[in-house]
Amino acid sequence: MSDPLPGMPAEPAPLLEVGNLRVSFGARVDAVRAVSLTVQRGETHCLVGESGCGKSVTSLAVMGLLAKGAKRSADLLRFAGQDLLGLSERDLSRLRGDRMAMIFQEPMTSLNPAFTIGSQMAEVMQRHRGTPRAEAMERAGYLLSKVGISNPVLRLGQFPHQLSGGLRQRVMIAMALMCEPELLIADEPTTALDVTVQAQILRLLAGLQQELGLGILLITHDLGVVARMADRVSVMYAGEVVESAPAATLFAHPTHPYTRGLLACVPVPGRLARGARLGSIPGSVPRIGAGFAGCAFRDRCTYATESCHGTVAMQAGGDDHRYRCILPHDWSEACAA
Amino acid sequence: MSLQRYSALLGLCIVGSAVIIAILAPYITPQDPFLQNLDGRMLPPFWFDDSVPSHPLGTDQLGRDYLSRMIYGARISLLIGTLVVICSGLIGSTLGVLGGYFGGRIDTVVMFLITCRLAIPLILVALTVVAFVGSSLTVVILTLGLLLWERFAVVARTTTMQVRNLDYVAAADAAGASIRHILLREILPNIAHHLVVVATLEMALAILLEAALSFLGLGVPSPLPSWGLMISEAKDYMYFSPWVIMIPGVALFVLVLGINLLGDGLRDWLGARRDV
Repeated sequence: MSDPLPGMPAEPAPLLEVGNLRVSFGARVDAVRAVSLTVQRGETHCLVGESGCGKSVTSLAVMGLLAKGAKRSADLLRFAGQDLLGLSERDLSRLRGDRMAMIFQEPMTSLNPAFTIGSQMAEVMQRHRGTPRAEAMERAGYLLSKVGISNPVLRLGQFPHQLSGGLRQRVMIAMALMCEPELLIADEPTTALDVTVQAQILRLLAGLQQELGLGILLITHDLGVVARMADRVSVMYAGEVVESAPAATLFAHPTHPYTRGLLACVPVPGRLARGARLGSIPGSVPRIGAGFAGCAFRDRCTYATESCHGTVAMQAGGDDHRYRCILPHDWSEACAA
Repeated sequence: MSLQRYSALLGLCIVGSAVIIAILAPYITPQDPFLQNLDGRMLPPFWFDDSVPSHPLGTDQLGRDYLSRMIYGARISLLIGTLVVICSGLIGSTLGVLGGYFGGRIDTVVMFLITCRLAIPLILVALTVVAFVGSSLTVVILTLGLLLWERFAVVARTTTMQVRNLDYVAAADAAGASIRHILLREILPNIAHHLVVVATLEMALAILLEAALSFLGLGVPSPLPSWGLMISEAKDYMYFSPWVIMIPGVALFVLVLGINLLGDGLRDWLGARRDV
């Protein structure tokens, strides 16, 4: 554990702090603009948004895994009080897989086809902890049974192509837990799975979190997953966090027009009259280049005004609720009244 | 069992028996391959009426037992084939994997080296080397080994580019793996099946090139019994005793065919195993 920085409050530092993170690919595309978020220990923070809004890039930027052409800058990027920005690639790879782990979206291609499950799992621990192979194998077997795989000893000796998608995703989760990480970044961990397996995996993650006190940064475009898992939600749009709130608050009082649009797109039995149209958001996410100012949602927003072309700052909506819009926080209630 | 399987099995039998013969050469040769007997020159092989039982494949122009020389010749062909493939495989795969993984400037350099290599005429290089340092088995192996790497490099480079972008490489990166680990454990095992096939092709090519170089007098020096050299030495007698050129010629053909069949079989087998 690193020492607390001077001037830090006595309360424990958040597990992950990201302040004003920006990622650009060349001069033309700003994939992530000014993203700030925090993940507390034992908390699930969901990052929601549609395809191409920068969710995955944000997670890769936090892990320091961006492709070569990408440029990252941030005011703050701190993991358990330790500054990640100044860290060398070598020190960063010591953290990756050890104290911060990642689960990928595609279980079918995220395991090396040339080695057995056991040898791939044991390797992570051998690398970071110098654990003897036999001991690492034992832990791998223990974790496989932990993630609900029956007959773990058999699975340890099998190759990835002998396992189904759901099993492979469980293996990926077990592998991420090998070194007892504090932070788990899960990039759409259930998107490639069918619904029943998806529910099992989510239940598994939630259970493991309670047991191990993990901080989870869960990236998803599925609001159903968010409702199920999230303690806190950040909604991303075109590379920006447009709204961030505790999950209950966000679902009860969505404030940003985009968040409201997203929620209106979810079919809820009984909410709509028979024959009424399900909500949709017209248009598509604009590509944001250098020199863009103002709200990126204004072209799709029914409430847009002239002032949306100027800089739009984050507003506090009370109760740890922040949103990036010019409208007052109670505008929807005012409209309804 | 399909026809492909049979041909692969045939290749395996040919290469396997050649390897066994080469390894056991000192124990199974009926005569000393270097022993000259000027009284018994150009004896015909067993299918002629005037053949001698102690020389089943007859004798050459210096009266040396042809069967013994053929067996030792298999040894030299396989030795050259194997060592050349190891040497060129190491050079080519290293360059290809580095170029394919890192891309950018490193890749440009690798591509430049491959282009340069393709522009080098092999026979002329062999001629120059022999002119400077003389001919020997080591010189042949080094010349071919240092020149035949371009196919390894091309295949390793393209396959690395494909594998590099797969999720498990990113996953290894996210689990804190070093570059060395990624290259040796994530990339190399997953392109190895392509390289094995290239290795069989290169081995066949190396054996044929050795024969060609030896025929031209640039390869294995006399009196070592190389098949190419045997053809070269026999060419003056081929009108009267065609078997002296026919026997090593057929042996070369069969061995190279066997290696190629084995290579095809390996490609199918490794390919099928990975598609499961």
